[in-house]
Amino acid sequence: MRRIGDAPLIRRLLIGAALVLSALFLLLPLVAIFAQALSEGVMVFWANVSNTFTLHAIGLTLMIALLTIPVCLVFGIALAWLVTRFSFPGRRILQTLIDIPFAVSPVVAGLIYLLLYGRNGWIGGWLDTHDIQLMFAWPGILMVTIFVTCPFVARELIPLMQAQGSREEEAAVTLGASGWTTFRRVTLPNIRWALLYGVILTNARAVGEFGAVSVVSGAIRGKTNTLPLHLEQLYQDYNAVGAFACAALLAFIALLTLAAKAGLEWRAARREAFA
Amino acid sequence: MSIHLHNIAKHFGNTQALEPINLDIHEGELVGLLGPSGSGKTTLLRIIAGLENADHTAQPGKILFGDRDVTNVHVRDRRIGFVFQHYALFRHMSVYDNVAFGLTVLSRKRRPSSGEIRARVFRLLEMVKLEHLANRYPAQLSGGQQQRVSLARALAVEPEVLLLDEPFGALDAKVRQELRRWLRHLHDELNFTSVFVTHDQEEALELSDRVVVMSNGRIEQIDTPDDLYRTPKNRFVFEFLGDVNHLEGKVSNGVLTCGDAYWHVDLPDGHEELLLRPHEVRLTEQPTSESHLPVTITAISPVGAEVRVELEADWLAQPWLATVRHTDFEHLALRRGQRLFAHPRHWRRFPETESKATEQSRVA
Repeated sequence: MRRIGDAPLIRRLLIGAALVLSALFLLLPLVAIFAQALSEGVMVFWANVSNTFTLHAIGLTLMIALLTIPVCLVFGIALAWLVTRFSFPGRRILQTLIDIPFAVSPVVAGLIYLLLYGRNGWIGGWLDTHDIQLMFAWPGILMVTIFVTCPFVARELIPLMQAQGSREEEAAVTLGASGWTTFRRVTLPNIRWALLYGVILTNARAVGEFGAVSVVSGAIRGKTNTLPLHLEQLYQDYNAVGAFACAALLAFIALLTLAAKAGLEWRAARREAFA
Repeated sequence: MSIHLHNIAKHFGNTQALEPINLDIHEGELVGLLGPSGSGKTTLLRIIAGLENADHTAQPGKILFGDRDVTNVHVRDRRIGFVFQHYALFRHMSVYDNVAFGLTVLSRKRRPSSGEIRARVFRLLEMVKLEHLANRYPAQLSGGQQQRVSLARALAVEPEVLLLDEPFGALDAKVRQELRRWLRHLHDELNFTSVFVTHDQEEALELSDRVVVMSNGRIEQIDTPDDLYRTPKNRFVFEFLGDVNHLEGKVSNGVLTCGDAYWHVDLPDGHEELLLRPHEVRLTEQPTSESHLPVTITAISPVGAEVRVELEADWLAQPWLATVRHTDFEHLALRRGQRLFAHPRHWRRFPETESKATEQSRVA
């Protein structure tokens, strides 16, 4: 007796197609990035990476990511908690609203922020009279990055917290635990892997975000240029090797992220097998 | 610690989960809240615990533990032990840490030393016979073991009131029986006040000092198991507590007729519905002058001390169930398809117009 779809021919065909497509669309471009970046030798690659403007772009990108993550973390936990532990009118609408950043094109997100907080914008005009500049400066980049990445943590947590229910928290409270103790000793340990997973996704997106950032940053070299924007500029300047050096950096960060994610998944699977 | 509920009601949105309820539970009592799903029994238990708030109405309800008014006291300060239906053990903590939890979250001033916590946890684990599993995680335990851990965890904080929500609902019959007996012993030994929720009448009758029968957010009857079974106040209680046979027909001149069946009853003329338990049906080969109720056996199943016999007839809307002793079963040589006559030994009626009135009849 053979299971449906398990005929050797079909199986080989499917596996073959998957392998070929992955190689063609995923692996090959990745290899090409590193090959291009190193095409004129390690010294040129290094010179490109250690260029002042590139270093500044790396610094800005990492800073934005580091600031985005805690904000998204707190926001995501709060939102997931609200949606899964309380029932109130508008709960479903809120759950749909969380997805807006995913549904809206990042460029549109950038434009909206420009419209609101730009010098001629609704809130921006008032800010301008008080000498606060958000757009075309790093706070603007941070704002749009948070907008684009804020659903990740909540999206990871909501299904998990829904499935786990609130019984364990209720049990903790009947045993006399305070709200904070309950969160720290019962809720957090139960969601920590999903939380880390959400952080990894947030980080990946924050580092790589181009569309929204390009609208609000103004791309001033050495000032408001993030790594993806810098990469694009180098490419426009016909500095292919420089562009690919930056691309290689971004790809490297992405690979690190993937490794961290795989590591987490492996740990989670192992925990399940032993616990 | 006695529990007094006064005028406790609960709405969820527009549906009334509990009509205003008064209930007194004595100190040291083991009380079962019995009812079908949706009867409000779990809601009532959660209100006693403080996991749910009663409605704030013009005449607000009151909850007293002894003389202490706990109506507005938070769950964590009510000093209750709560055992959840699906145990709700902390899945990332070992059995030991689960049981120790309530002690470790005490404020530094009231928290026992770590040595004392250890001693107390092991004493509790010994009591639930799980000391050898202290380092296991909940997922590595059977359902019965998990339930014992959750009981030990609830008892660790020395509650004055123990509340159990369908404590044995998810366990198989044999383990359930065992744990029931064990809980009864524990209750008698430690002498706390316990309230448990169940939909299983057998469990309620076996375990409780008193049973609170609920339906549709109302308390139908509060009584000892014995009184409840013998003198149900209304039809709902009677039907919920066991299998029931219905006999509907017209009474005229002291004879109830239903199709080709008839039966002498001492009732005024009119439409009647009489109810009998399976053990109140006697089977014979011949009709008597008192009754003529011809039936056919459609199924026979020997269960435990009795044989359950299913009976059908043209004049019956629903099949009857009769329980027969094994000796009678052999004596009558019962078999499927056999035609016999049924004789009610005893019956009840709950006239709908006087919903509370209960009437019992002579023994036939």
